[in-house]
Amino acid sequence: MASALINVPKRAKRGDIIEIRALTSHIMETGYRRKASGEIVPRDIITSFTCRFNGQEIFRADLFPAIAANPYFSFFTTARESGRFEFEWTGDNGFSQTASAAITVE
Amino acid sequence: MPNQDPSARRNFLKVAGSAAILGAMSRVMLRPAEATPAMLNFAIRNIVGEAQVQTGRVKLDIPPLVENGNAVPVTVSVASPMTADDYVKSIHVFNEKNPQPYIGNFYLTPASGRAQVSTRIRLADSQKVVAIAQMSDGSFWSASVDVVVTLAACTEEL
Repeated sequence: MASALINVPKRAKRGDIIEIRALTSHIMETGYRRKASGEIVPRDIITSFTCRFNGQEIFRADLFPAIAANPYFSFFTTARESGRFEFEWTGDNGFSQTASAAITVE
Repeated sequence: MPNQDPSARRNFLKVAGSAAILGAMSRVMLRPAEATPAMLNFAIRNIVGEAQVQTGRVKLDIPPLVENGNAVPVTVSVASPMTADDYVKSIHVFNEKNPQPYIGNFYLTPASGRAQVSTRIRLADSQKVVAIAQMSDGSFWSASVDVVVTLAACTEEL
């Protein structure tokens, strides 16, 4: 089972720009490698990553095989109200994973 | 075959030669496809359409000399006030010589506050990496960096 690491500040002042970091464990098999027998190792990657805050999308990424294994993203958002960040990764072979983190905005 | 027409022998050599070339070509084709500068341009056109891409406003932070192409840290930041009427809509990262020209597309909103994205990428060869940002007014800005890779991301056999 894959696992995700999320880094969001627990509290922030209203109007602060905060950094969000998210990492999940995934092989990100490119589909361009071959086994010794010559067969291609089938592609198995995460294709999409989305971050929502209180249900509204604030960041989204399309991933390609050129994203390194265990995809890591860092991005920013403005703290406006207390609430919950929801993270979602989806990919090949029905891969789907979610995580969430709460923030208190003063 | 003492009295054989010499042109027959030449023909044989011609046929043998082209067979060898065909053999070499099929070997080349068995290798994973490689993106070319033309594919890079095609991929960029695919995103920007007919719009003109201007140089500037985008900063692409990537080490110029990479020891391990399997995980190369990249940060793209764009000079933008990130307000509701003037913000960065998306950031696109491309490469020249991986099997595919695409690396990642990142979609931002005015609520992003700062137009900056970091991730880790794979580079299969020493090559140019290009970042393009689309602004809310529809303009495109870009930056590119030439990267030397000493150990390529593995596309070889397991």
